[in-house]
This record gives sequence, structure tokens and C-alpha cells, in this order.
Amino acid sequence: MTKLHVSTTINGDPFEFLCAPDETLLDVLRNRLGLTGAKEGCGTGDCGACSVTVNGRLVCSCLVLGAEAEGAEVTTIEGMADGDELHPLQRHFIDGAALQCGVCTPGILVAAKALLEKNPDPSDEELRYWLAGNLCRCTGYDKIIRAVQAAAAEMRGA
Amino acid sequence: MSLDEYTRREFKQVGTRVRRPDGVDKVTGRAMYGADATAPGMLTGRILRCPHAHARIKSIDVSAALALKGVKAVITGDDFAVPEDDFIRDVQENCMARGKALYDGHAVAAVAATDAAAAKAALKAIKIDYEVLPHVTDVDEAMKPGAPVVQAGRVQENVPKGYSENVTAHFEFGHGDMEAGFAKADKIIERSFKTAATHQGYIEPHACLASVTSDGKADLWCCTQGQFYVRTLCSSIMGMEASQLRVTASEIGGGFGGKTTVFIEPVALMLSKKAGRPVKIVMSRDEVFRATGPTVSSSSDVKIGMTKDGRITAGEATLRYQGGAFPCGTTEFGCSAAFAAYDLEAVRTYGWSVLTNRPKEAAYRAPGAPMAVYAVESVVDELCLELGLDPLETRLKNAARKGTKSSYGPTFPDIGLVATLEAAKAHPHYKAPLKPGQGRGLSCGFWFNFGGNTCVSLNVNTDGTVGITEGNPDIGGSRASISLMAAEELGIPYERIRTIVADTSSLGYNDVTDGSRVTFAVGLATIKAARDAIKKMSARAAKIWGIDPEAVEWKDGAAVPAGPNAGKFPPMSLAEIAAVSAETGGPIAGHYEVNADGAGVSFGVHLCDVEVDRETGATKVLRYTVFQDAGKAVHPDYVEGQMQGGAVQGIGWALNEEYIYGPDGRLQNPTFLDYRVPVASDLPMIETVILEIPNPGHPYGVRGVGETGIVPPLAALSNAVSHATGVRMTELPMSPPRVLKAIGGT
Repeated sequence: MTKLHVSTTINGDPFEFLCAPDETLLDVLRNRLGLTGAKEGCGTGDCGACSVTVNGRLVCSCLVLGAEAEGAEVTTIEGMADGDELHPLQRHFIDGAALQCGVCTPGILVAAKALLEKNPDPSDEELRYWLAGNLCRCTGYDKIIRAVQAAAAEMRGA
Repeated sequence: MSLDEYTRREFKQVGTRVRRPDGVDKVTGRAMYGADATAPGMLTGRILRCPHAHARIKSIDVSAALALKGVKAVITGDDFAVPEDDFIRDVQENCMARGKALYDGHAVAAVAATDAAAAKAALKAIKIDYEVLPHVTDVDEAMKPGAPVVQAGRVQENVPKGYSENVTAHFEFGHGDMEAGFAKADKIIERSFKTAATHQGYIEPHACLASVTSDGKADLWCCTQGQFYVRTLCSSIMGMEASQLRVTASEIGGGFGGKTTVFIEPVALMLSKKAGRPVKIVMSRDEVFRATGPTVSSSSDVKIGMTKDGRITAGEATLRYQGGAFPCGTTEFGCSAAFAAYDLEAVRTYGWSVLTNRPKEAAYRAPGAPMAVYAVESVVDELCLELGLDPLETRLKNAARKGTKSSYGPTFPDIGLVATLEAAKAHPHYKAPLKPGQGRGLSCGFWFNFGGNTCVSLNVNTDGTVGITEGNPDIGGSRASISLMAAEELGIPYERIRTIVADTSSLGYNDVTDGSRVTFAVGLATIKAARDAIKKMSARAAKIWGIDPEAVEWKDGAAVPAGPNAGKFPPMSLAEIAAVSAETGGPIAGHYEVNADGAGVSFGVHLCDVEVDRETGATKVLRYTVFQDAGKAVHPDYVEGQMQGGAVQGIGWALNEEYIYGPDGRLQNPTFLDYRVPVASDLPMIETVILEIPNPGHPYGVRGVGETGIVPPLAALSNAVSHATGVRMTELPMSPPRVLKAIGGT
């Protein structure tokens, strides 16, 4: 299969890659660009472990083609911290023990950040419905909800 | 008194909520999980799986696949030698069928190719001639004479005649005169229950990277709960010496018991051996559901007698567990756990292990216990309702306590059940008013807790820091807990310690991360390794001071003379002793090796409130509180996390999760869309109350906390739904259609 040449921006940096027309953005990130922070939990858009944003929109990268990244702005978990300074969400996840195995954590952080950009002060219910597409099997979500709310409060300056 | 035994002390660091050492890696995407590793020249491995529930493999033709460009190796079951040991043979045959495929999804061949597309094309090019055989997937059907036989010749001697050959084992536990016990009862209730098979549902699919070289050495990177056990299984299956196979555990994306065995690892090793290149295999979610460890599904009968004032006079349970196509290991646990919460004069449990055409059952958090306790706690609840008794008071009246001869044999030492029940009784949740249409349920839960083979090295660095090498993958914060216990014992700050999980070439054998054993057993070994290092450091100080080593004590992170007669010397800190270690005898390290006993059982009590939508049959969990004895909570955040996570897995089991088989014996819902685990919007906050009744068998009183939390939710939810609807529920999951049917809706 002839490969496509794609130019894109990931976490603010320019990237170029070749990919097959049927190759997912998740496979491109993980297998071609070495960005393994996004995880494949299902490959069918049900678990959210591969969450990234494309042009600001939260997506499951397993349901997006690599070719769709052409000219787009992609952000992944690898771009969340500012150098060595963790994003408040990342900090509160550690401080609040909002992760156990940690494999769903990148997707949940990306999804939570996307929510707080739209709605800096979500109710618990809004947050739970927003994160309903991100499965966590370890925590029962309790500490995740608390950590996101703590980060949101800090980001609001509350 | 043995040093293992609990001694009361004031903790300075244990019990604090420190930051876990792997936190930054895990929130930045840097942590390396099973699928994240690469190797030079790596090939992609893929597995071909049988589409039938039961089929004889008449022939396999791989020639067309091998002829394809980019295909470097193809293997089938015939590439593996037949292991002599029955158990190892089962593990190997579950990884790849030989002669007969035993369930939908059973591996029958595998390929290694230069990329995923080539591997996929190669799978399509393999030609297999199957003879489809009759199948059975239901436990009760599989027991009947005349049922399709999954595997012949596996029946243990104690199985009575008159059953299908699928019934491989029978168990019986208990004590007392059952007839006399039931004769004393004012009320006897007998009920039958069914529970569906559920999957552990870890978010990370199984993944591994194998590299076998032509000189007979091999390296294996994989996500596992036990790298040493993977080495044992794989070296046996591959006919290798253990020393030549180094297994490294990646970070693990959940396991819950499901990653305590091997599925793809021997396949990747064999492909790598044949291709002469590294091979990586990553399962798809479909493969995880179809071919890795679900739980047993169960069918059970429970009969309990009670007096008018709430004393249980006798309890009997018959548990029938199907564990898939290979002999099942968890029936015995179910039989032992069923009545563990009760102090009974007359009790019996009977267990039956049954083969079906389903994937081989794997451990899942308190394996075997949830479905047994569900049945017992449902009948206890119904008795309380019928006799007009308070369910908590009744459990307190019958609760197992210190000195109780347990239903499975041992006499309990100090246990926390009564304290846990008292805490539930005193909690506002128990008295909170309910609205019409809502129901409250409660259940006790129990897990034995494991100890086992454990080995820890503790290295004192010359700059006064400490490195700990342990052998159990960190599945939920154990590196933090282990560092905390070492910090407590050594008297240095937590931050100066780094704990790493060793590969199999770097440390002695460690049992799998299972049975809630790690904080107990690795903690015990860490404390003892720290004491070994302290003894050595004290001897170094004694040497410098020119006094007897016995005249030195360890206090607040430093060696000090033991009393005025020992001499007058200023304290010498760990850092000061370490800095001059080269002049006093060389490097300082503490070690400890043990097959740890005395794990200390753990009890929990769960309370939940639900509301049932009578139009849809959907159950909403309104409030949920977990009470559990942790012995000593080393890191309370992660103890709470275990309690919350276990409870929510149990909620999923009770309300939605199930393996659904069609008449063709194929799994109908191998996706997270159709196999529905709880999502954030399904749940309330999960309140937790940690009880600390010290385990007499651990220096700090620690008990494992991982398993118990999944045991009570099944009955707690079932009792709550029964109270909300006025109809006794006897089958799990209580999915909306099942609840609608039970309450007479459409």
C-alpha cells in the first residue's frame, strides 16, 4: 500500500511522517513517533486510554487516521507538563493518589484538561459524564474525581 | 518472642500519605508498560484463534503463510514439546492448542512478520481443517452424564460416580452435626443462585517482547504480576534452564489476578527462537476477552437455619464452579470462604469443579470467594427479613472472632470482623433515611490473604541513601509502601529511599503479586532486611568506637552506645556510617529471604443504597460505604484505593458484567462496548472507613487489603435491589432486562 506523507504539529513541535492510509493516529504516535504515552486499551473507542486532542477537540486516537493529522495541531500526554513543571492536574493526580496502575492515567488527564478548558468549574456530575468514556479499573473513580476538582479549583485560583 | 510478631509502636512515617515514587513517570506518559518496549530488528507476532467452541484440528497448512513476503516464522502446537507435568501441559495447551481447540478464541497458530500488515495477511493464509465437535458452556449442563466431554481423563479419585467426565474435582469442608443444627432452627431458608463469569477487565491488554538468541539465552519483557513465575512456566515449556531466561516485568496496567499466568509469552519465545529475531506480541481487546482469564461462573444452593432471636444453627452450601476447558483452581477457595464470617456449630460446604468449552479461568481478586459469599449473605439477609431481625445485629451475634473455629478448619487469632461490623453500625450511613423505591443492602466479606516466598535486598549507599531491590511488580503503589516501611525501620526520611522491582536475574525467587501478599510479605522482608542492615551498621560503629557490637543500639536513624556502660560516643548516623564503609569492611547491605507465614485474614463490611427504575430495570447506586480491617494502613491513600476499586469491580459484577454465550458456544460480547464495566457516571463517591486491628503475624500489624473489597458488593447490591423491589434476586448480574423480568415488567 502506498504510504501518505503527513506534516503535522504535535505538542507545538513540527513532525513529518509516512503512514498507510488505514493506519490510526494512535499507531502513528506509538509506533512511528515513539510517543507511547497514549495507550491502546481496546482499539474500538470504548476505553479512552488513547485520548489526545486534535485541533483542540478530544478524540480517541484509535478512531482517527494518521492521515487526518495533516496540518492539524495534536496534543498528547507528553505535552501536558511545561518542561519540568507538572500541570496542576498531573500534580493533583500524584498528591491525591488518583492512579493505581496508571495505564488509564494519560487518557484521563488529557480528557480532564479538555473539559477544564471548556468548563473551568464543572459539577461532579458533569465531570463524571465527561469522563464516562475513560475507563479506569483500579480506582473506582473516587480519587480521580476529587483530584480533577482539586486541580480545577487551583486553576480557577479558588 | 519472634521478631515477626507484632509489637505496638508509635509510627513516624508509616501511615502518612507520601507521593509515590513512580508518580511523575505515570502522569507524564513516560512509564513503560508491556506494549511500550522495542528491540532492534523486532518482528510483530500475531496469533490465530479458533472460531469454534470445540473442534478437532484435523490439519494445519502453513505453507502459503510462510511463502508470503515479510513472514519470518509460523508456529503451531506441534512446535512445543509435550510437557510431562499435567499443570505445565495445561498452561502450554492453553497458550496454543494441540490436536483439539477447546473454546472460542483458543490459539491454534502464530506468525512473526516484519510488520502488522504482513502478520495479518499471514494469519489469513493459514489453512486449518476443523471437525466441529459438540460443546457445552453452562456449568449445570456440563455436569450431566452425556454432556459433551471437554477433556477426558482429568477426573480426580474422590469424585462420585454418576456425573459427566467434565466434573474433575469434589471438595468438602466443615464441622458439626448438620441434622441437629437444622433441627434447632425456627426458620430454614434454602435458595439456589447463579452468577455469570466476569473478566478482570484490566485496561492494559497482555503484551510481551521476547528475544531468544542462537546460544540458547533469552530475554523476556512482559506485563505480569510475577516475573519469577513467568520464568518458571516459560522455561519449563521451552525446555530452558531458568538461569538462561531473564524475565523483566514492565509497569503493569492492571491485573487483578488475570496476569498471574502466561498466555502469549511462550508463543513469543517460540516465534523468536524460530525466526532468530526479537518478537513482540500485543493482544487486542477481543483476544483478551476470548482467551484470557475470566472468573468461573457458578451455580449454587445454600441452606441456612436460624432461631427466632437470630442465632444461625446450621449452614450448608453446594458450589458448582466451571473454570473453562482446564481443571479449575478456585472451587476450594469458594468452599473455604463461604461461611468464614460466621461462628457456627454446624457448617458444611461442598464444591464441584467442572470443565466447559470456555477460556481457562484465571484468578480474579479473592478468586472463588465473591460468588460463594454472595449466595450465603443473600440467604442470611432473607432470614433476617423473614424473622424481622436487624441484619447488622444478626451478623454481630453470629460473627467469627478470636478463638472461633472457622468453617474451613483453622481457629482464628485476632481478627477484625466484630470491630468492622461495629463501625458500620455506628456510621451515619446505616441510619440514614431511605425514600420509597430505594433499598439498603449489606454484606460481610472475607479473604484469607497470602504470604509466600519473598526476597529483599537493601543496599546502603555511601551518600546515606538507600536502594531496595524487591521482586514484585508494583500494581497500585507498593513501591511507596515498601519505601515507607524501610524508612520507618531505618529512621531515615522516605525520600532518601528508592525501591525498584528487579528482573529475575537480579534477586532470589519471589511469588506472584497476588492474594494481597505484597505489603504484608515484602513489607515483612523489607523490615527484616532493614534490621539486618542495622545490625551490620551497628557493628561498624562498634568497630570505630572500639566497643562490643552488642553494646550498640539503633535509634532515630543512628547508632548509639547502649547505655552509660557502653562508653560515651556521639550518635553515628546512617549517612556517617555509610560514608566511611570502605574503611570499616566494605559495602553495607541487608538481606532477607522468607516463605512468609501469618498473613492474617481480612474482613470487610459493605453498605449500599440503591434505587431501581421500575420502567427500565436499571439500578442506580446512591450511596456506598466500605468498612475494612487493614491491620495497619501503611499508605492510607492506597489502602482506600484498594477498598474503592474492589467495591466498584464488585458493583460491576453485581449489576452489568457477564460473559454472554450464544447457542454456537461463541462469546457474543468481547468488547468494552458490550461487556460493560462501571464508568464514572454510574457511580457515587465510595466512602471508606479503615479499621486497624493489628495482624499478630507482621511486625507492624499489616494485613493485605487488596482482595476483600470485591467480596461483599455482590450480596450487598443484591440485598439492596431485593429490598428496593420487594423481589428476592438470585442471579447475577442484575442487568436491567433481568431485573425487569424479576419484578414482572416487560
